Amino acid sequence: MLNIDDLKVSLEEEEKQIIKGLSLSIKPGEVHAIMGPNGSGKSTLSSVLAGKDGYIIDNGTVNFDGSDLLEAEVEERAALGIFMAFQYPIEIPGVGNMNFLRTALNSQRKTRGQEELNAADFLKLVRGIAKDLEISDEMMKRPVNVGASGGEKKRNEILQMCLLEPRFVILDETDSGLDVDAMKLVSRGVNNFSSSSRSFLVITHYQRLLNYIVPDFVHIMVDGRIVKTGDKTLALHVEETGYKDFLQLGKGKH
Amino acid sequence: MTDNYEVRDVIDKETLSTVKSVGDTYKYGFSTDIETEYAPLGLNEDIVKLISKKNNEPKWMLDWRLKAFNRWKKLKQPDWALLKIPEIDFQDQYYYARPANMKEKPKSLDEVDPKLLETYSKLGIPLTEQKKLAGVIEENPEDKSENRRVAVDAVFDSVSVGTTFKEELKSAGVIFCSISEAIKEYPDLVKKYLGSVVPISDNFFACLNAAVFSDGSFVYIPKGVRCPMELSTYFRINAENTGQFERTLIIADDNSYVSYLEGCTAPQRDESQLHAAVVELVILDEAEIKYSTVQNWFPGDENGVGGIYNFVTKRADCRGRNSKVMWTQVETGSAITWKYPSCVLKGDNSSGEFYSIAITNNMQQADTGTKMIHLGKNTNSRIVSKGISAGKAQNTYRGLVQIGGRSQNSRNFTQCDSLLIGNKCGAHTVPYIEVNNSSARAEHEATTSKVDEDQLFYCMQRGIGEEDAVALIVNGFCKEVLQALPMEFAMEAQKLVAISLEGSVG
Repeated sequence: MLNIDDLKVSLEEEEKQIIKGLSLSIKPGEVHAIMGPNGSGKSTLSSVLAGKDGYIIDNGTVNFDGSDLLEAEVEERAALGIFMAFQYPIEIPGVGNMNFLRTALNSQRKTRGQEELNAADFLKLVRGIAKDLEISDEMMKRPVNVGASGGEKKRNEILQMCLLEPRFVILDETDSGLDVDAMKLVSRGVNNFSSSSRSFLVITHYQRLLNYIVPDFVHIMVDGRIVKTGDKTLALHVEETGYKDFLQLGKGKH
Repeated sequence: MTDNYEVRDVIDKETLSTVKSVGDTYKYGFSTDIETEYAPLGLNEDIVKLISKKNNEPKWMLDWRLKAFNRWKKLKQPDWALLKIPEIDFQDQYYYARPANMKEKPKSLDEVDPKLLETYSKLGIPLTEQKKLAGVIEENPEDKSENRRVAVDAVFDSVSVGTTFKEELKSAGVIFCSISEAIKEYPDLVKKYLGSVVPISDNFFACLNAAVFSDGSFVYIPKGVRCPMELSTYFRINAENTGQFERTLIIADDNSYVSYLEGCTAPQRDESQLHAAVVELVILDEAEIKYSTVQNWFPGDENGVGGIYNFVTKRADCRGRNSKVMWTQVETGSAITWKYPSCVLKGDNSSGEFYSIAITNNMQQADTGTKMIHLGKNTNSRIVSKGISAGKAQNTYRGLVQIGGRSQNSRNFTQCDSLLIGNKCGAHTVPYIEVNNSSARAEHEATTSKVDEDQLFYCMQRGIGEEDAVALIVNGFCKEVLQALPMEFAMEAQKLVAISLEGSVG
């Protein structure tokens, strides 16, 4: 589904390479976790996959279901089925949640050449999802993420995911700022959504989220490279000993 | 459809699909091919007399005009606004134009030239009493709650071509007609109130208007009457090289209420055209007027060629106790806008509100805001201004809050937000606050921001294209003001916000 081959990425503003040769292959139905210390390039990877401005691709390719992902516009990637749950969901004052969701959904459908969903069907759909995620009507009426707590914002991201039905989901530090109950709720949303045709890339600093969203593969990222790949036990190892064992691996490749 | 946000949701969807479907930025740029009768070029006493004669006016009206004309000759065009106004040759334009077949004003709508009716229907303003304004039915068929009707006075160049629902309004005691008709039919009311809010020599453009105004709307709501429907005037400039000078006078007598809408468009032409209107509102004890404008005059092309010069004086006089006025304006058109709808709060406990969206794109310039003059005790005013600049446009908010020595316990709140799109445009805020009273309180909040890259990225990651995302964010920025508009106008305004910002990103 997703093939990243020897990707090297620099910041546009300063000549600084953040991702220094990263390869990763994700098949349908797989859950991959990327763990790493702060500044290792995890969030840059998710931004580059989603198409955010401000980065220069120095080398490498990203192929998504046979098409060159790096050539596509941000909204085209979304319509192809790429979704990123933001670490810090953005507030949009004055724009109602419902309006935002419906605009997003119908924009994607239009790009894919599908018919737009009418108001009644849309409301039914979104209310069902909101109920599962314990998101109140009041929250749905508010402007996008405005006045929402950290937990509410993250649940809102999961709601958007469930509504837009992407095939490839990036969870960017979704666990940050969540208490245990909120993390369980979010994880349940993700697990209910997972299927044999959908893949996840879970980016996290801590292991605890991976107790709830169980990965097939765990990659340790240090200084812009994947330095170690293993199964879920690798995450437990990190939890016990920290990243210090891996920092050396990163440096060794210079 | 029950909840309000669901209704709005449908509108926003409309907004976005309209943006997609409208290829040409200014969709009202067509002109109507109709035989037009002009007054001779230029301005002198004879022209003033001619306009008065065309309207069959009584002598007192002509005298009033001539007095204004003589004052105007001595006045100078104001130059204090933050505007670059090309020199206007007041002798090189026409001051009166009317469709030739309007010599005899049609007695009913059935007699109006089909070409004119067609023009208005193309603009979304059907001049028939069966239909509602601006295609509300087509756009929102599920919405039964908003089953309101709107009476329209249609002004084409210099004349009113027809007024709908006149009889029905009359039975409620409401007078709604063209001002030329009111001068003849209701001279006492006109004599009493005309010029009482905006005096003849108030300013250069108002004075010019007083001399040459050709038509406009007149409304009188009698004591204790709540006007049974929204009233509206739709101004259309069609003739070339012709100024439009209309005058609106609305009187809300004790304990009455009216909501009034005003819309404007003009054909796309290379020559700039002058529009200098005057609007006077008189609000007596316990009465309330809501006045909403969606101004969409042709803004000129992207190089600043052509467009309407919109120099307008609008003022509300809250004469009565507990009287209320609310101005809401959405200014998206015109090459140059010079406009400060004001509230004179004379009556004790009276209140004035001003909600404004001013959008300037390409080479447009706007210097707009309000004046809140507090004279009575316990008076309240509220100003919410949203300025949006894109392209190379300049957008200035200019507002005066004045609280007089005898205006005890009066309050003002001003919120003034500017949004910039791109880095070649400008936003300016010029507040004047004069408080001569220790019990008064005036608050002023101002912000300037840019359309946030993170907000755009967030929208686009969810699949929304860049222009739609900008429209969505800007509509959100304006929401407080859009909500102050009547439903029909809110829809139109949301579309306009999107359309007028086309091409502003990327």
